[in-house]
Amino acid sequence: MAKKRPVRWHIAVFLAPAVLVYSAIMILPLFSTLNLSLFTRTDGGTGFVGLQNFRTLFGDPRWSAAFWNALGNNLWFFAVHMLVQNPIGILLAALLSLPRLRFSAFYRTAIFIPTILSFVVVGFIWKLILSPLWGIAPDLLDMVGLKSLFAPWLGKEEYALTTLALISVWQFVGIPMMLIYAALLSIPDEIIEAAEMDGITGWSQFWRIKLPLILPAIGIISVLTFVGNFNAFDLIYVSQGALAGPNFATDILGTFLYRTFFGFQLQLGDPHMGAAIATAMFGIILVGVCLYLFLIQTRLRRYQF
Amino acid sequence: MSQTRHSPGRAIAAHAVLIVWTLIALFPVFVTVVNSFKSKKAIFTQPLALPGPESFDLVGYRTVANQGDFVAYFQNSLVVTCLSLFCVLLFGAMAAFALSEYRFRGNTLMGLYLALGIMIPIRLGTVAILQMMVATGLVNTLTALVLVYTAQGLPLAVFILSEFMRSVSDDLKNAGRIDGLSEYRIFFRLVLPLVRPAMATVAVFTMIPIWNDLWFPLILAPSESTKTITLGSQVFLGQFVSNWNAVLAALSLAILPVLVLYLIFSRQLIRGITAGAVK
Repeated sequence: MAKKRPVRWHIAVFLAPAVLVYSAIMILPLFSTLNLSLFTRTDGGTGFVGLQNFRTLFGDPRWSAAFWNALGNNLWFFAVHMLVQNPIGILLAALLSLPRLRFSAFYRTAIFIPTILSFVVVGFIWKLILSPLWGIAPDLLDMVGLKSLFAPWLGKEEYALTTLALISVWQFVGIPMMLIYAALLSIPDEIIEAAEMDGITGWSQFWRIKLPLILPAIGIISVLTFVGNFNAFDLIYVSQGALAGPNFATDILGTFLYRTFFGFQLQLGDPHMGAAIATAMFGIILVGVCLYLFLIQTRLRRYQF
Repeated sequence: MSQTRHSPGRAIAAHAVLIVWTLIALFPVFVTVVNSFKSKKAIFTQPLALPGPESFDLVGYRTVANQGDFVAYFQNSLVVTCLSLFCVLLFGAMAAFALSEYRFRGNTLMGLYLALGIMIPIRLGTVAILQMMVATGLVNTLTALVLVYTAQGLPLAVFILSEFMRSVSDDLKNAGRIDGLSEYRIFFRLVLPLVRPAMATVAVFTMIPIWNDLWFPLILAPSESTKTITLGSQVFLGQFVSNWNAVLAALSLAILPVLVLYLIFSRQLIRGITAGAVK
């Protein structure tokens, strides 16, 4: 066996384009953004300031108020998704997976339609529908006798963020529905039959047999929701503008990053503070994903077949 | 079969809930498309009525046709989406083949490295991406968008495609090798045709976020000649905010192509989501 194994160049050729593009456009900028947050603009260029930008972001009242406001709003945005979107998704999936349900392909296709629309379309359609000028929302409420409940929801500080979160729920409920539906279909028939032998049917079958088995899928959905929500920007920007009005009531980390980076009105854009916010977002997402991977996912294993 | 499992009462309740949510999901789209064909007066007086002979009016579509460069925006979106899709599929399939077919040192590590991008959004690197595009003179070109979307789509493409490529029969590939086919030919002639369904799935998944993205066109290519349809309609809607006919027509034009594509490919998309979740 004196002959050395030839270098397998084809492996490198197959890998090179993907690895090059991915590293150059995604990984490298990510790390140079993290790096950028450690510098600041000085008279003659940029200077290294260590963690000073973060001290400003978390400590300086001019910055920290906006940051904590955006973070708090973002947490509420996420909470609404977890409390409304995912339960509705699970309910719809449970109904769709009922045996011999007619038209289930139609329901599936129709309910998923909002998910494929762009944020621009979704944001504007809802702005029009909720607009007091047009009157579709008050008319509809009138039909069920609740007209007194109507308010210009997107314009009120106390309702705007929740309204936007619910619009986003409307748009994305198809994703948890599909993933849970798939998970429910993958439960072996023997398990369901065994449950029926024991007289466990209907809702109690769902709660006691199926739900524990789809917990891993619910976990994945939660982490996808988390990453998506802490990275959100488009819907707020489209419907409320970069200033995330009224009075920053709908400001989340994505819009805060955009404003800081590009500047708005009289304030100039600041790439270094922008990078600091992006780094903070990176940290938040990383912590969330790690919590899921190490705390939740390892515990979920127990339920798998 | 037990009686309880298929009681008609439960089926009716299930249909009721599903119908209600289907209506909620479709109502806003329906209202928009229906009203885009009506005169301004009818939009306000009878927003829920279908367009009749009196209320039918295409004034909104005429405004859109005269004012916006929607054809050019549409072309930009089409070019960006198709080129990105081509790069994601080709590069992604090549990398997935290398990871699933060959054993080499660092294989698992490379797989994890490429999968990192599934969880970490590319937007967080925007500050540096913009600086890089400025330095290379790619700002306000469609190339910048294609590069970014290729990088954005690759992690998921590699992940899904390598799962599927593992299931391609080894015997077939070895038969090809005995017949003297090179590794490249095995990939392009034997493996690629066999994973075509998976490629279609990845294509739909990659396409929707690219077509709908607002962030990168806004930051990397906001100039008039490089606007995508998403950014173009956002700007148009902002300018014509009080011209309801034009706004509704523009929204309908933005919805229809995506809707048609979705209805054609929905089976592929749904199969893809379900296949991904079962693993």
